[in-house]
Amino acid sequence: MKIYGVALLAVCFLTGKFLGNLLGKLIGIDSDIGGVGFAMILLIGSSIYLRKKGWLIPETEKGILFWSSMYIPIIVAMAATLNVKAALSGGFVAVVAGIVTTFACMLLVPVLSKIGQNDKHPKI
Amino acid sequence: MDIIEKVIAKNGLIFAFLFVGFVMLFSFIISRKLLRNKIPGVAIAILAGLSLAFLGDQKGIANIPLFAGMAILGGSMFRDFAVVATAMSADISKIKQAGLAGIIALCAGVTVTFALGATIAYFMGYTDAVSMTTIAAGAGTYIVGPVTGTALGASSDVIAISVATGVMKTIFTTIMTPIIAKRIKLDNPHAAVVFGGLIGTTSGVVAGLAATDEKLVPYGALTATFYTGLGCLLFPSVFYLLLTLLGF
Repeated sequence: MKIYGVALLAVCFLTGKFLGNLLGKLIGIDSDIGGVGFAMILLIGSSIYLRKKGWLIPETEKGILFWSSMYIPIIVAMAATLNVKAALSGGFVAVVAGIVTTFACMLLVPVLSKIGQNDKHPKI
Repeated sequence: MDIIEKVIAKNGLIFAFLFVGFVMLFSFIISRKLLRNKIPGVAIAILAGLSLAFLGDQKGIANIPLFAGMAILGGSMFRDFAVVATAMSADISKIKQAGLAGIIALCAGVTVTFALGATIAYFMGYTDAVSMTTIAAGAGTYIVGPVTGTALGASSDVIAISVATGVMKTIFTTIMTPIIAKRIKLDNPHAAVVFGGLIGTTSGVVAGLAATDEKLVPYGALTATFYTGLGCLLFPSVFYLLLTLLGF
């Protein structure tokens, strides 16, 4: 049944969020550190394990895949509920600081991507 | 008319499904018929979403009672749930391979953002350590900004600027990622892990990658989700102390 897949996703999600908040508490900040990341790792791990056991059948997986296909509409809804006016009313500092720092970090992507890329033919 | 309003008000989330469905449909039709697929439908849909946000205030379009359900659909609960679900299509070996690069990207992203953000704040008239750190933290994410500002006791207008900076970053990332993706070689899971760590705004990273190539989303989200925590940890402590040691 599809609900088994949704339930598996829910248990990974909640456990991940719990771990994220626990980590936050341990470090002394009242926020979620990497909850989504932990949840993703849990989901990947448990799906590999359950598939090996033969318990994760396609019908169950459909419950997870449905939510995975819903994220684009959700992102559209999220974009429509952002505080865009505040972004522009924060003044020139906000616009400059937001854009310049982000752009600089984007330019670092090709530099840092080289780390751990063990391609057989390194480009010269 | 009253009955229609009552039905929608009571079933806001369901109406949001219908509304977003229409936005997606129109965006894909525009992409296919008018632009011959030159700009992906997803990118147009996200841009349409951003433009719709101008109709409202703090909560974007959700400030209009008819569209209140959009805040639930676009809220962090559904967003995180759906993003976690995308992990099903992620390749664990690629994540392992990019692990080290991802961690370095996280540290580099936070540090570069701090250095540049504080410098910009200084040259634009915010010369005290508290304001510089808070504005730079906002350039991290719109959550790190107010958390740092509150911890350091920044004034409310500086905190507002830091939130605005963070939202600006999210919007800029959303629009710019698909445009710049090819030039920064953001076309594989490895680069997406690095990208998520460097940029860190989960909403911007996820939206930007979705508009670029849907397959990259889980990889970017995986590292981005650690950024806010790392930022909340470093900005009010190490980075602030660093500025005071430098004499600001």
